[in-house]
Amino acid sequence: MSAKPTSAKSLGLVSCHDCRLLVPAAQAGHGRCPRCGAGLHARKPNSIARAWALLLAAAIMYVPANVLPMTVTSALGTVQADTIMSGVIYFIHSGSWEIAAVIFIASIFVPLAKLAILIFLLVSVQLRWRWRPKDRTVLYRMTELVGRWSMVDVYVVTILVALVKLGAVASIEAGPAAVFFATVVVLTMLAAESFDPRIIWDVIEEDS
Amino acid sequence: MSIEHDLQSPHGLGRPFDGRSASAQCDAPKRVLACPNCDLLAGVAGEPGSTSLCPRCGAVLYRRKRNCIDRPLAFSFCGLVLFAIALTNPFLAMKSGGFVQETTLLTGIIELWKQHLYGLGGLVLLTCVGIPLLQLVGLIYILVPLRMRLRAPGAVPIFRIIHHLQAWAMMEVFLIGILVALVKLAKMASIIPGVAVMALGLLTFVITAAMTTLDPPLIWERLDPRR
Ligand SMILES: [Zn+2]
Repeated sequence: MSAKPTSAKSLGLVSCHDCRLLVPAAQAGHGRCPRCGAGLHARKPNSIARAWALLLAAAIMYVPANVLPMTVTSALGTVQADTIMSGVIYFIHSGSWEIAAVIFIASIFVPLAKLAILIFLLVSVQLRWRWRPKDRTVLYRMTELVGRWSMVDVYVVTILVALVKLGAVASIEAGPAAVFFATVVVLTMLAAESFDPRIIWDVIEEDS
Repeated sequence: MSIEHDLQSPHGLGRPFDGRSASAQCDAPKRVLACPNCDLLAGVAGEPGSTSLCPRCGAVLYRRKRNCIDRPLAFSFCGLVLFAIALTNPFLAMKSGGFVQETTLLTGIIELWKQHLYGLGGLVLLTCVGIPLLQLVGLIYILVPLRMRLRAPGAVPIFRIIHHLQAWAMMEVFLIGILVALVKLAKMASIIPGVAVMALGLLTFVITAAMTTLDPPLIWERLDPRR
């Protein structure tokens, strides 16, 4: 390893978020990238406050998303409301445990893990921890990577709603949780996008 | 070579390279890029097809691509054809007793709309149809002129939009959704997958291929208005 790692910031350079052009900070003050026109910031603006706000909203929405029904099935006069968890239990009982696992991981585990990891990262940055920056960056990349897969259940509802329309015999309607759940996915994705992992490393560079 | 030295070299700051070495469409100088995850400056220079990782945090710094224009272009055209097939052919049909319920790709979205779930319908429409379609059309619009060493008007903002929309194109997730829905309904009725399902499966692959064969830093160098 050579002496000290050099970050763009320490050399007075700003890397454009959109096209990755390196612009001297003195020039970047004017705000726009000379190559692509994107707003230039050394770090994502208000990244911590925005991430907190989005995460808080997502955490609140997570409750109705899990308590309220995702789908309402009417078959031969009986009406049945299904939550995300009752869908998982249905698949376990009907023997397709792979599908039960997919739904459990995508709809219950991933959103929770994402919330927990992002909150952990925010706290670690605000308390200026120096603990394992590389591992924390890997955690961040994981939340970026897996977040989209939570949309599975929303798509399942869309397909069920389209297919099961057999008049009086059977029909499926989307329940209120579908909207809450989609909101949770979008909010956590936006939160991950607004968090700037480079802050993890800034703390270490500033202190050394 | 030190980083400071790279920064003083003519190409150091990601300045446009001169396209006079015409034979090598994807030839590029050594670049210095900042790591998107930890801001470390690192020179990236590898054979086409190689991947540079950040020495500090392990993030992918840069993947240099072969045939950086022709490949994404071919996949994009292929994607448009598949899109047309997916949107016009039967998607899934359900048979139960005497009933047959046929659907197209858009039926579910229209149904959500009818149930007044506009936001949800809009989200599904955007993530599974609108954004992927926009990405394909946008890529073709930018890459066809670029191939002829021209720059399409508005190419810069369009390429920025394509970059921003990347996270919101979720066709592969939709495919898993189809699978789950099929298993869920299997006990209730027989489901007949249509041509559109097949087209969608191929489309997922083709769109991913179009985006991964693209070399954004190189395209940006060629789109540079200061050139
Ligand atoms: Zn890095």
